[in-house]
Amino acid sequence: MSHSAGHAPGSAVAELDNHLEMQFDDAEQQKETSSFGMWVFLVTEVMFFGGLFMAYLVYRSQYPQAFAIGSSQLNFKLGTANTVVLIFSSLTMALAVRAAQLGQKKALVWLLIATMILGAAFLGFKGIEYHEHILEGHVPGANFRYDTPGVSFAVAKEVVLFNILYFCMTGLHAFHMIVGLGLMLWLVIKAQKGAFTPAYNTPVELIGLYWHFVDLVWIYLYPLLYLIDRYHK
Amino acid sequence: MSTLTAQPLSPQPLAPELPANHYLNESHGLKSWLLTTDHKRIALLYMASITLMFAIGGIFAMLMRLELLTPPADLVSDDTYNKLFTMHGIIMVWFFLIPSIPTTLGNFLVPMMIGAKDLAFPKLNLMSWYLFNIGAVVTIYAILSGGVDGGWTFYTPLSTGYLNSHVVAAATGIFIAGFSSILTGLNFIVTTHRMRAPGMTWKRLPLFMWSNYATSVILVLATPVLAITLALVAVERLLHFGIFNPALGGDPVLFQHLFWFYSHPAVYIMILPAMGVISELISTFSRKRPFGYAYIAGSSIAIAAFGFVVWAHHMFVAGISVYAALVFSLMSYAVSLPSAVKVFNWTATLYKGSISYRTPLLYALGFLGLFTVGGMTGLFLAALGLDVHIHDTYFVVAHFHYIMVGGTIMAYLGGIHYWWPKISGRMYPEVWGRLSALLIFVGFNLTFFPQFILGYLGMPRRYHAYPPEFQVWHVLSTAGASILGVGYLLPLIYLTWSYKNSPVAGPNPWGASGLEWQTQSPPITHNFVTTPIVTREAYDYTGIPAPALAVRSEEEASTYVS
Amino acid sequence: MSSQHILPRRTYFLVFLALEVLTVVTALVASIDLGAANTVVALCIAVTKSTLVVLFFMHVKYSSKMTKLTVILGVFWLMILLGMTMTDYVSRLWSTVR
Repeated sequence: MSHSAGHAPGSAVAELDNHLEMQFDDAEQQKETSSFGMWVFLVTEVMFFGGLFMAYLVYRSQYPQAFAIGSSQLNFKLGTANTVVLIFSSLTMALAVRAAQLGQKKALVWLLIATMILGAAFLGFKGIEYHEHILEGHVPGANFRYDTPGVSFAVAKEVVLFNILYFCMTGLHAFHMIVGLGLMLWLVIKAQKGAFTPAYNTPVELIGLYWHFVDLVWIYLYPLLYLIDRYHK
Repeated sequence: MSTLTAQPLSPQPLAPELPANHYLNESHGLKSWLLTTDHKRIALLYMASITLMFAIGGIFAMLMRLELLTPPADLVSDDTYNKLFTMHGIIMVWFFLIPSIPTTLGNFLVPMMIGAKDLAFPKLNLMSWYLFNIGAVVTIYAILSGGVDGGWTFYTPLSTGYLNSHVVAAATGIFIAGFSSILTGLNFIVTTHRMRAPGMTWKRLPLFMWSNYATSVILVLATPVLAITLALVAVERLLHFGIFNPALGGDPVLFQHLFWFYSHPAVYIMILPAMGVISELISTFSRKRPFGYAYIAGSSIAIAAFGFVVWAHHMFVAGISVYAALVFSLMSYAVSLPSAVKVFNWTATLYKGSISYRTPLLYALGFLGLFTVGGMTGLFLAALGLDVHIHDTYFVVAHFHYIMVGGTIMAYLGGIHYWWPKISGRMYPEVWGRLSALLIFVGFNLTFFPQFILGYLGMPRRYHAYPPEFQVWHVLSTAGASILGVGYLLPLIYLTWSYKNSPVAGPNPWGASGLEWQTQSPPITHNFVTTPIVTREAYDYTGIPAPALAVRSEEEASTYVS
Repeated sequence: MSSQHILPRRTYFLVFLALEVLTVVTALVASIDLGAANTVVALCIAVTKSTLVVLFFMHVKYSSKMTKLTVILGVFWLMILLGMTMTDYVSRLWSTVR
């Protein structure tokens, strides 16, 4: 790291030099390249979840009745509450990116912490739901109950498929959230040290994009998993 | 401005010497290699990794060919044979063919061809290599701990419910290596968009860049689907779910859809970069701008796009609807059009070119023949009626080996020879090079052409015993495989030898036009002394002396200097 | 920096409000029997919500053409996976010929 001596320490130019990697010509190119890289990564994430959505589409079109039963066994209230919570965390994340762009260190730290608390709350609610599934015997491969009243054995076998997909999709989503929380913890520590300025805030922006993507996945998971034929209830 | 635009026009010194500083001697020691972020060194690291994996996959192939020398099952048991072809497939597809050209030649050339100092994300590039090796180690663990059978395609419910081999370990290895592919593809896409030198417009990109870009798009879009599919297979196997098990309400055809959504485009991941290499070789050794540059570039993109909508031609007899089969058959015919455009344009480039039959061009010509045979037989298989007869026979085996081995490996070796002066700074031995190209071409045809006949006669793939009347074809095939083996071994030996002992090449031994030839061989760590400014169109040979001319003008140059 | 587009706080709050309102709407509509239209409505609302997130929270509305194209391409390729696979499942029932 050869810091050019020509710049006064702390000046904007010096900060830029600090973060500029050798393969780039200037900070502008570096920033746009990083953010483009993140978008390409998010496209791979779309395709990654896409496989699960594909399976969901095939099985829901084949077993509509079983999917409605499976959906009605989920905790609608907690699912809806979680949607509200996650959207709220997206707001705080968006505001955190804004704070970073404006160089408001204190606001940035607190907004990131707020996002983390909301994310943790989501995972907490999800944990309560999972706990309920265990108690009610809805976990495929472990304690799935095939003797639910009013559900024939044949249909129950199809309900298992719904539950498998439910656990795979929400599980993968929760895994992404845990990764996001870890990344945000790192951001908070860096932000606390004053690493982010109006000139350099790419990590905040990129992790913000990631967090919004996690929110996007849930925006689809919520109606697809929780809202099938709810009017029967 | 920069002196580099002027440099290609200046003649080479008579007896070129290795430059004092270059990427190979910039730092020394194991650590300087294992922690390098230099794309050129990472390319060499990849080369070492995939050569090792190729050797392992090759040993499995040789064992299979030996078993098939005689009709009865004598060398290996049926179980072992199942494991041999499965592991041959897994190793060759995911640990050699998919990474082959992009991670070696691609890594080495992409930044140099566009005049950049490195890829956009050098650390990510190194991470890809580590992920690849971790994936390879996990897969080798699966092999050493008893192997895996059931075919490289992991068809369910066989793989999830009935096999007693190490399916989960092998799937994990491929899963990890898949992320290496994704990161490599991401790096190339972003680099191609964002790191081009001033003046390097899209229309000035070398054709290798276009095909490499198209490949990267497939890597990024298709590989995640394979990852989630294999993850589901592992989950199903470990937790006894029925996602793809018809006995539990699941649908095995869904697995095939998801698997081939990746694995068909994967064939284009293998062949597209090979097409890019061939475009470079043919242009340089006929000293002509490729005929129809825009069409070759566009057909790469078209192949990548069309390649995504043909996958169900692997499933014509798997019980998919006849209407879907019609659509996929039609699309499969459509994808042959851009491939034919390429073959036509390469041939037209050679026409009236100033051709020099150096080793790389011999490989390229071999590629042309083998790829055409492979492509044409693909049309047989895309035909709904004929496919019923020849699916799962040796006809399929021969077809895809013509594409994947005859196409990709010919181009890979041709490219290695062509860029070897740039990579090592020294020439390869020409006589040995030509001999290896010839051996591989002859050995390859002898190995795989009889398999077309075998398949048409009804010999199914994946069997270790067969009726005696097939033996003559199998003997021919095994004989060819031994020649092929020698052909592959030769370059490994003489290229290693040439690294210390061959004559020094100089910056541009071929009189080629690409940006990568405008810097010294081997290049400095950051490729160019100053960022080049591109003012010439791609494949503009005006003013670049042909190799023979270069020698003459060197004499002039030496008198000039002294 | 020219690449940086700083939105007023108001925009974020308005988008947030719209997202939460749509969440409540989709939850309420689900309890009314609309037949097959239930799924259609639920998906339309989800598409609207995700578009809002992408355009404003993820700044795509103010991003380069390249970013917009990347987003569109990602969605398009997901549709190829879903759509082309469904050609098989949907048309299986059209004919008794297998």
